[in-house]
Order: sequence, then structure tokens, then C-alpha cells
Amino acid sequence: MIPAAFEYARAESIDHAIELLGGADDAKILAGGHSLLPLMKTRLAQPSLLVDISRIGDLSYVREDGDMVAIGALTRHHDVANSELLQQVAPIVADTASRIGDPQVRHVGTIGGSIAHADPAGDMGTVMVALGAQFAISAAAGATRTVAAGDFFQGLFQADLAANEVLTEIRVPKTSGGWSYLKFNRRAIDWAMVGVAAVQQNGSAAVALTNMGETPLRAAGVEEALAGGADPATASARADEGAAPPSDAFGSAEYRREVSKVLVRRALEETLG
Amino acid sequence: MVATEQYVGSPVLRKEDAKLLTGQGNFVDNQSMAGMVWMALVRPPHVHATIQSIDTAAAASMPGVVGVYTAADLETAFPAALPMVWPITEDIKIPTHWPLTKDKIRFAGDAVAVVVAETREQAEDAAEMVTVSASDLPAVTDLEEAATDEVVIHEDLGTNVVVHWSHGGGGDQSVFDSAPVIVQERFTQPRLIPNAIEPRGCLAYGSPAAGEFTLVSATQIPHICRVGLSIATGVPQSKLRIIAPDVGGGFGSKLNVYAEEALALALTRSIGRPVKWIETRPENYVATIHGRGVLHDCTLAGTEDGEIQGMKFVELADMGAYFQLLTPGIPELGGWVYMGPYDTKAYWYEFKGIITNATPTDAYRGAGRPEATFVIERLVDAYARRIGMDPADVRRKNFLPPSAEAFASVMGLSIDSANYEPTFDRALELAEYDQMRKEQQARRDRGDTKQLGIGLSSYIEMCGLAPSEILGALRYVAGGWDAAEIECRPDGKVVVRTGTSPHGQGHETSWSQIVADGLGVTPDDVEVLHGDTSVSRLGMDTYGSRSASVGAEAVARALEKVRAKARTIAAHELEVAEDDLEWTDGAFRVSGAPDKARTIPELAASAWHAHALPADMEPMLEGTAVWDPPNFTWPGGTHICVVEVDTETGKTDIMRYVAVDDCGNVINPMIVEGQVQGGVAQGVAEALYEEALYDESGNLMSSSMTQYLVPTAVEIPSITQDRTVTPSTTNSLGVKGIGEAGTIASPPAVVNAVIDAVSHLGVSHIDKPASPERVWRAIRDAQGGAA
Amino acid sequence: MTNVSVTVNGQSREADVEPRTLLVYFLRETLGLTGTNVGCDTSTCGSCTVLVDGESVKSCTMLAAQADGRDVTTIEAMAHGDTMHPIQDAFHRNHGLQCGYCTPGMVMAAASYLQENPTPTEEDVREALEGNLCRCTGYQNIVKSILDAAGSMSGAPETTRA
Repeated sequence: MIPAAFEYARAESIDHAIELLGGADDAKILAGGHSLLPLMKTRLAQPSLLVDISRIGDLSYVREDGDMVAIGALTRHHDVANSELLQQVAPIVADTASRIGDPQVRHVGTIGGSIAHADPAGDMGTVMVALGAQFAISAAAGATRTVAAGDFFQGLFQADLAANEVLTEIRVPKTSGGWSYLKFNRRAIDWAMVGVAAVQQNGSAAVALTNMGETPLRAAGVEEALAGGADPATASARADEGAAPPSDAFGSAEYRREVSKVLVRRALEETLG
Repeated sequence: MVATEQYVGSPVLRKEDAKLLTGQGNFVDNQSMAGMVWMALVRPPHVHATIQSIDTAAAASMPGVVGVYTAADLETAFPAALPMVWPITEDIKIPTHWPLTKDKIRFAGDAVAVVVAETREQAEDAAEMVTVSASDLPAVTDLEEAATDEVVIHEDLGTNVVVHWSHGGGGDQSVFDSAPVIVQERFTQPRLIPNAIEPRGCLAYGSPAAGEFTLVSATQIPHICRVGLSIATGVPQSKLRIIAPDVGGGFGSKLNVYAEEALALALTRSIGRPVKWIETRPENYVATIHGRGVLHDCTLAGTEDGEIQGMKFVELADMGAYFQLLTPGIPELGGWVYMGPYDTKAYWYEFKGIITNATPTDAYRGAGRPEATFVIERLVDAYARRIGMDPADVRRKNFLPPSAEAFASVMGLSIDSANYEPTFDRALELAEYDQMRKEQQARRDRGDTKQLGIGLSSYIEMCGLAPSEILGALRYVAGGWDAAEIECRPDGKVVVRTGTSPHGQGHETSWSQIVADGLGVTPDDVEVLHGDTSVSRLGMDTYGSRSASVGAEAVARALEKVRAKARTIAAHELEVAEDDLEWTDGAFRVSGAPDKARTIPELAASAWHAHALPADMEPMLEGTAVWDPPNFTWPGGTHICVVEVDTETGKTDIMRYVAVDDCGNVINPMIVEGQVQGGVAQGVAEALYEEALYDESGNLMSSSMTQYLVPTAVEIPSITQDRTVTPSTTNSLGVKGIGEAGTIASPPAVVNAVIDAVSHLGVSHIDKPASPERVWRAIRDAQGGAA
Repeated sequence: MTNVSVTVNGQSREADVEPRTLLVYFLRETLGLTGTNVGCDTSTCGSCTVLVDGESVKSCTMLAAQADGRDVTTIEAMAHGDTMHPIQDAFHRNHGLQCGYCTPGMVMAAASYLQENPTPTEEDVREALEGNLCRCTGYQNIVKSILDAAGSMSGAPETTRA
């Protein structure tokens, strides 16, 4: 399987990338390529131009920024997983990165590419939503803006990111309490059939779900119940409130709803001790 | 000097490994030729549709395109349709299967055109540009729905129910009405996709002027392909050479004569340039055969105290949209083992083959026997539950009595030898069966979220295909013999040409062990050649766990001819009578004077220079044997699986897996153990993960390895293995075959374990694969509705 | 066309290729290094695993252009003359391969992993192989081979952990 023909351009800088993206009708950003190239090989995606941003030098880093941690968008899953800083101050991010795809994928795939792809079955988007992460985006003419994770994911493979914008940095708050990311799948290599991220916050927990709708989803009902003093078992019964999980070869929507309740309870038990 | 009997039975490391480990494997995609062009198939996005027109003009004008061909363009290229060699009944209705479909698309992989271009990319690009105008018809992929004939897929046949084969029954059939206990169950087994990691592919080349052609193909069956492709293309067998190079796994999926092979040959003949085709994986999922896809209604008749009196099975089998090479014969291959290892008094089996709008089915590892073993072993467990007996006790009570000799069975064929109980006992011991039962009870008493289940599977298989006379009686058009040639070179090295065609089974190593022992040389002195019809002229290839019992036996018989000739030359040179020679320490030695000796390398040199051979003896120390076995071989064994089931999510983890097999004598225990490990992994996959799912329109949903769940190293357990040895009486080596045993035994062991884990919650049935959702639903339904 | 310049197995190689050329086809068809196989086309099976800058990647899901300027190691460079790499040798001694098609990818994945974790447990090895499918062996002897190789590479006595 071979992609349809396309033009290839290597961006030297973010501004250069934005300029290149603006110069073609259906250009796509190539970071690691592990979301895009499979679609191109099946010819479901046939961009006319790929703008390779992987050589932009300063987009791979993990560093402290006050009570936040800043992660360059081109930081590979492998490096996120092995970041001592993240392991210490935002361990859910490092742990989740270590469970994306497989080792080969983690050696190439990037945190920014994964988030920008906006696949509701992706693990990292859910963790970002639970953490209330912020995404820095660069646009034409040197403009930049910041979007909250909760607002970034707009629909199935749809993010608040224009065709000529580049996601440059992910900022996550440091966490000190309990956390859990539970990924339920048939095979280790599969995307999450259902995933649950839980992070302790002010004695309660923020909870988000993977693959339970068209975007990573905040489990608002669970959070509300917890805030009202419910125990994990009681709160988890509301896990699928507002969810619209898919039915596919891996499992039915009905089953996903039930699994989400079990996983939320287990995640809360891990998170809240 | 090398001693005899040193290598057979030893875990000799494989001769095949070095090149495969260093990237020097010679797989078909590694081969290219000057002037070579690439072929790509056009498989339109229809499942069942009438073709109005095919527009190839745009594709033909694409860069690098050499030609675009439809069935109409290739009308004269194929004097006959693709072969099906097992018309199992007189009145079987056989769908005509051309390499390209002409007027109708009948399944999602049905190709309508073929593009030939200078490069792989250009061929793929141009194939996208072929447009097909077709009107969709209702598609049926469900077996029972197809059997109603509301939608008939081949109008000329008038029905989708194209074959009905009945064993005819054995023993007293009245038990199915009169037995004290009658257990009836229905089991469905989904379609499976074989998933050899190497996709199919071929490279055809030759001389149109001379009318001579060669096809290099990722096939298990070069010799059978030569016959089949000769029929389809009209190239005489004498001018057709088939080469199976290194082949990256088969599992039955490369046991076929495929459209693409016929097309590549026909196109190289018309274009005069080498033509190469390499399958993509999504293409593999629709255009390479599937396995299983069956539905059984089963009856077990027995007593209240656990004596099985009769077993009866009525099956519907999904043939797919056409027959491939063996399609209708696959259920019948299982049709002779539906009593399992049990001494049942009555036997009934019949099946109907149903055409559907799906990829043709054919042999997938085990071919008919996993289907049979699954329903037998599930049924025996259901019986045990019904009468309140431990499933181990029911099995033990019913085993066929041991026999070192061949004996007649209720299903009518003769079993070569049997001794099932020691195998069974060893499996129980290794699994710590009693202790596991106690642990299971403790978890049940505590009401643990994770419950333990123990699953048993005792099996027999009929393999070592096979006696030609019986195959003829079963209406198979070919024989079941195999052949070997042994040639002793004057430098002491030995060349063996085998008719088997290994693709991972290690025949080069195992056959070398046999020859080394027989000739007093080392396995490294023996070169085993295979997989090329011009090199190993005679053969019937590798499938059906036949290679050791038929192919290696042919080697052993050729070896005896070589040894007899060598002995004659030795006696002549040593000036003694042949009876005065003994074979000791790797040489023919004069009795009482062991220093007077001749080794095989010495005798090979004598036979080569031929300066002083016995009168009338032909030069060269060589021997050929063509061996037709008198019977099948019948391995057996017991596998035990212990699982942990999460009763909240339905997810299963395998805690322990024990396999005790009896495949008769063993040539190389390391290879035998590896075959079982791989077979069990495929069976575990079948039990818990794999399933080819179609949507309502007949499109394959499980369309790539991301959707079809071939398990990884995380899901597959390490297994505990042992063997018992009951030599086969079918061949002099005493071997029975081991290639399919793991796949035959393991699915019911795993599914029985899953059901056993939740049976105390009221669950008695879960279909394959026992996915988390299926298990969760079974628990929920047993508990009375919504969870 | 795009110019690609890659160090492959220690040698610098350069070619003008179509931008859509996947690294695996660059290796196999442009450079003739056919030891790296294509199995699934969807970056699932790992048959095409090679090392890029010392780390395992799936070369069927990477453009040759993405490897430009980088260091690629394929199965062809693992043995030195007649001496196999300890991982290759361990696969041989433990019957870690049958048909051999997934094997180059398995060896490369193992080579990358053992650099990261020279003393893995069986569970570690199994997880490290989640991106490599084998249909012949049931993984048992592959896992055994890699544990064995880890032992011999770290100088510890060779083990044959079942």
C-alpha cells in the first residue's frame, strides 16, 4: 500500500510551516506521521502537500513553568513517558504516554500530533481534559492563542485548529494527589475501547473518558456526585451520563457504557485511595 | 566416526535459521527481474452487484501503464476456470470461478480487472482509476439466511445450498431418541482470517516463444499448483515450473490455486515480460481464503452416570461466494472425527455447504477438525453439567480403549493406534487439576470479582493425508502419496529432494536428522531441497499435518534403498557376503572384523567413479521412493486451560495452559514443541479474540490487523507441555503429525474454561470468540436481564 | 522528487525519490536491502521494524524523507561476518523462529528494547513486543530468546527460562 502522490516540504520554523500550510488547498502537517500516514496509505486521505514540521528544532522539550509543566508539541511519546520531570509532577501524563500504541509508535509519534488528530479513542486527549491542560497554538502573521483542552476537542477528528495553524505547546498543571488512567482494550496494541482518566483535585476528582463519544469527554455526572459527597461506587453509576459511545467490532455502545462505570469506580478507588 | 540413531529424537537446532535471522530470506517479494512489470487487481466497492460496464480508459492512459485487462480481454487466456479438486458428492453444484469475474460481483474481494504497469506505485494508482458501473443486489453473509435462497448468488445453480454430504451414520441410531439423557446444543463458529504474516505474492516469467513459464509463488503447494495452473492456463505441465521460495507462513491460506497466480502466468505469456504481484494486507483479508464459518446442531445421547452412547452433528458450512481448491471438502475432513477420543456406540454427521456473499472459505489450520473438536468438547462439558459429573470424570469414563494396533472405529475408518488415558492423566497432573478446583471453589465461596475456570479438551485428529485409495473413494481428484530422492555425492555430502514444501516447519532440519542417522553422516552433511517442481520433481506438498508421516516416511524409504545399494557395494569391495556386514558406528563393518569397513561417503565415491562396481550395478549411490500410506494417522491428546474471568467486565486472562499431546514418535522434539506452541496460540486467538465480522451490507468490518484481533505476546500465555508416545502403525517412523494439534485442541479448552468460570452464575453457553462483551452479556442474561 | 540522504548500516546512501516513498521501500527497492519485510501495511505487525538513530520504528509508516539525515540500521547489519548478534544467536538456540518472516522485525525490536532495559522480566519482554505480531511461534520461544539474549549480552550466565 502506497499513498497517492503528494508534494513534500520541510518547515524550518513555525512561521515557515504556517506559510507553507497557507500556500496549498489541502496541505497537512506531518509530525511523526503515525496518525496521518495510515490514512494516506489506504488513500482515505490524499493531501496535496505534506509540511514536515519534525525538524523544527525547538519543539521537543519538557520543562517546568511555575505550577505548570510545558511540553513541546513535537515531544515523542517515548520522551514524554521517560521524562523524569513528568514522572514526578504529572505522572499520569508520563504513564499514559507509555501505554500509547507500541514501542515503535512511541519512538516516532508525538504528543502534539496525537492531540491535534483529535481521535476520541486517543488516550492523551482524555488525560488533557481531566487535567484541564492548555494548548498553545501559532497562527499566521505571528499570532498565537491558547485554548483549554476542554474547548479544543470539537468533534470526531475535529479540533479547534485551523488548517494553517500549528499546535506548539501543551501545558499541564502539576499534580500532587492520586491519579489513574485505566485503558480497557482487547489487545495490548489496540486503541482504548474505553478509557478513564481520574485526577485528584481538592479532595474530589476530575474524571474524563476515552472513546465514549465524538471527543474526549468529561464525566460531569461523576464529578458532580463526588462533589456532593458520593462514594466512588455510587458516583461511578453516572459515568456514562451524556456519553454517546460508538458500536463497532470491538464492542457495542451498551457494553461500553457498562465498562465505563466499572472503570470509573476502579479509577476512583485508585485515585482517592 | 558418527554413531547411528543419534539425531532422530534430539532437539537439533535448525539449519533454516541462519539466513532467516540475518535478513537473507528469499521471500517472493525479495525477487525482481529485468523488465519486470507489476500487477494490481481492481476490486470494486461492491459486495453483490450486476456489472453494467467497466471503464478502463482512464487507467490505461495513466503513466507507466502497460495494459488494463478485464475478463472479456482475457477470454482466451483461460481454457478452464480455477480448479476445485474435491467434488465430494455426485450431485454437488459447482460455481464457475474465473480469475476475473465477468458479469457479476459476488463478494467484496471479487476482482473485475487487472492493471499492469512499470512500477508498483503506477499499478496501484491506475487500479484506482478503473471505474465500474454496477447495480447492487441484496447481499447475504449469514448462513441461515443464505440457505433460504431468498437471494440466489449463482443464478445458474438455482440455489445457494450447493452440497449436502452425509456420513451415513454408524452404530445404533435409536439412542438419539431413547437414551436416558439427551443433550442438544447449537454452536456457531465465526469466520477466521488466517493471517500468515507474509501476504501472498507471485512472480511469473518465461518464454512465450518456447511456451515455457515459471511461477515463483508464496505457496504451500508448488506441485499441486503446477497441475491446477496448467488446467487453468493451458500451459502444459511439462512446460510449467512452480517455485515456492521461502514462504512466510501458510496455515492453509497458501494451500490453494489462486486467481492472481493464474493471471500473472497468463499476462507474462501475453506481454512477454516478468509479471509480479504482491498482495496488500487489506487485499489479503478479502481475497485470500477464510476459515471456519460453521453452525452445528448437536445431540449427545448418554446415561445418567456418564456413559456416552451416541453423538450426532448436523452442520451448515459457509462456502463463501465460490469454491476455492478444497472448499466443500473441508467440513468432510472433520466428518471422520466427530466421536473424538470417545467410545461412543452411535455416530451421525452430515453437513450442507452454503454459498454466501463472502470470501471463499477453505483449509485453515486444522481444516474441519477444529470445528468438530470444538463442538464435541463443548457438548461433553454440557453433558457433564447436565448430569452433575466432573467433566474430567466423564471424559475418563468414555475414552476408547488403548490399542497398539490399528482398529476399526464407529465412524468407519481405522484408527492407527490409541492410548488416551495416560495423556489425559499427565495433563491433569501438570495442571494441578484438583488444586485448581479447590481454588475455584474458594473464589466462588468468597464471591470474588475474578473467578477461576478450568477447561478440558481431549481430542483426536485424522491427519497425514493420505491413502490415495481412500481419497479416491472420497472423490478427491488427486492422490495422497509423497516422494523423496536421496543422492550421495562423492564428497560425502548428501542431497535430499523432498516432495513436501515447508514454510516454517523445519523439514530441512528434521529430514536431515533421519538421513544422517541412516547414512552415518551429520545433519550438516545433508542438504534438503524442496519447493521447486524442477528440483523435487515429485510431491504432494505440505498441509494437513502430512509432511512427517508421508513425506519423511518417503525419505526413510528412499534411505533404505540407498543403504541396500551401499551394502551391496561394501560387500563387493570388502569381498564378503552382504550378510556378513553389520551397520555399526556409522559404517558397514565385517562381522568380527570391525576395522574392515566402508562408510557411506566412501561408497558414494565408489558409486560415482564407478571404476569397480559389482556387475550390472548402475553408477551413483542414490534412491527414490514414492510412498502412499496405507492409512491416515490419528494423533490425540488433552489440553487444559485455567482462566481468570473478571465478572464485572467479562475480560478473560489465561492463568495456565497445559498441552499433553501424543503424536507418536518424534523426530525433533524442539520443532514439535514449537508447532504445539504456535498452534495453541492460534487456537487461543480463535477462542478469545478473532472473528471476521461483516456489516449488514456484506462489507468486511474486520478489514485490517487493527480491526481483526491477531493477539500479541501480551495476550498469549507460555504453555506447559509434555508428550506421551503411542507410535503410529501407518508408517515405519511411527510418527503421527503435530502441525495442527494445538489449533484443534485449544479452542474448546479455553471456551470451556471461560464458561466454567462463570457457570456458578448460571452461564452455560458463550459463543466463540468469548470476547469480554459476550461473557458480560452471558452473565447479565443468566442473572436475569439488565446488569 | 525529493532528495534523501541517509546513513544506512554505517554507509551513507543518497537518492532522489518520490516524496511518497516509504522508508521500507526505500530500503528494499532503492537500496536492495530486502531483509526488512512488509506484513500488514497498517503499522500493526512490526515486520518492517528497523532502527532509526538506534530506536525501533516501523518503516512502513515512515517516509524515506523523514529519515533524511538520520542513521538507519537494518537486520542486514546485525551480524558481523559469520558471527551472529547475540539476539540472533539466541533466536537460533531457542527456536525463536519458524517461517522467519516476522523475525527481522522481532530482532530489531528486541535490539532497541534491550538497550533501554538490559535486564527485563518475561512480562517486560512481552510488553516490549506488543508491536510485533508472529503467527507461527505463539511467542513463547521468542520471549525465551530475548530473555536469553539479555542474559548473554549483560554477561550473566545464559539462562533457558521456560
